[in-house]
Amino acid sequence: MEYKDYYKIMGVERDATQDQIKRAYRKLARKYHPDISKASDAEERFKEVGEAYAVLKDPEKRTAYDQLGQNWKGGEDFRPPPNWDQGFEYSGGDAEQFSDFFESVFGGTSSRGYEGQAQREFHMRGEDSHAKIVIDLEDAYKGASRTITLKKTVLGADGRPYLKEHKLNVRIPKGIRQGQHIRLAGQGGVGMGKGEAGDLYLKIEFRSHALYRVEGGDVYLDLPVAPWEAALGAKVKVPTPAGVIEMTVPENSSAGRKLRLKGRGIPGKEAGDFYVVIQIALPPADSDAAKAAYHEMEKVLAFNPRAHLEG
Amino acid sequence: MTDKNLLSLLTGEVVEECKPLTLVELCQICDSSVEQITEIVEEGIVDPQGADSDSWLFHGVSVGRIRFVLRMERDLGVNTAGSALVIELLEELAFVRTQLGEK
Repeated sequence: MEYKDYYKIMGVERDATQDQIKRAYRKLARKYHPDISKASDAEERFKEVGEAYAVLKDPEKRTAYDQLGQNWKGGEDFRPPPNWDQGFEYSGGDAEQFSDFFESVFGGTSSRGYEGQAQREFHMRGEDSHAKIVIDLEDAYKGASRTITLKKTVLGADGRPYLKEHKLNVRIPKGIRQGQHIRLAGQGGVGMGKGEAGDLYLKIEFRSHALYRVEGGDVYLDLPVAPWEAALGAKVKVPTPAGVIEMTVPENSSAGRKLRLKGRGIPGKEAGDFYVVIQIALPPADSDAAKAAYHEMEKVLAFNPRAHLEG
Repeated sequence: MTDKNLLSLLTGEVVEECKPLTLVELCQICDSSVEQITEIVEEGIVDPQGADSDSWLFHGVSVGRIRFVLRMERDLGVNTAGSALVIELLEELAFVRTQLGEK
């Protein structure tokens, strides 16, 4: 198991005051909060910082952690010294799932609060659980199924909860959009006594796509066209998540012009639209013939692109 | 249980497209109290139909917004008004990013 250097994670000295630790935590929590940060490892960092703070903010736990000694380095293989934690008692239940390192030093966090409940009749609905699922835009067009692996708290034979890996095969309905949630009834946490299980909520995220941008139900594609296609009009082949289609670029299209293909966005009761945004690509003037063609255009067209800038 | 072939295919419902939710249903889904949701409504973060809280009906998108507000409060100590501002700024940021063609 890896030793965790909570001071390093928080970016504070080992002799930092409780106030300094609190300020460092506030800053890092804002920086790495998964709702705010776009960094791919934000969730991991946020949890790590939360775990470090859970230890360092609590003088009892901090003292115990300091007892382990200063010679450990983050990531080093760690084994707690025997009986090192005698005389410490920890109170308060943190519901989050912390690292193995935390569990070995401070004991399990998830088992608290359940003790003694076996004696009397107790029924409670299980907690709803939440997870994220990343899909491709194409999945939203066609529908798909995904197998996901979740860690779920279940009650063992001794009545204590423990974490168990749990696989689910889930249907992704056609027409689902970024940020929407799929609710799976009864797939959340187990109930206590005769309480029914909670529900599982899966939040949908689209993997970023090399070609398309998504805004709600609408999908955007930048389409490069040659200057003569933009000027004279053209029939071009355009990729869409539902397959290649042929469309007409109207004559005299300028760069940035948006062409709407109604109802070709993400399907649904109110299907989104597909937008093609015209980008004019210039052919390189890398040969005498090409240069001659540009000179010819210059002569024939007498075009001043900056006419509107002149007084 | 680990063999994919043995797993039955689960079909859920899309929360945002389901029938409107009552205050009680919303409290259960969001794991929140009536007071918390009332405060969030007063801040204009979700906008139920119906004149008073007994007849309130919430659109499915309310679930995500309310849970966001609760996370902001729990994780960062942001109050409800602050969360309303964060939501507006994040939506604006997402819009600008889309316009720029970023993810």
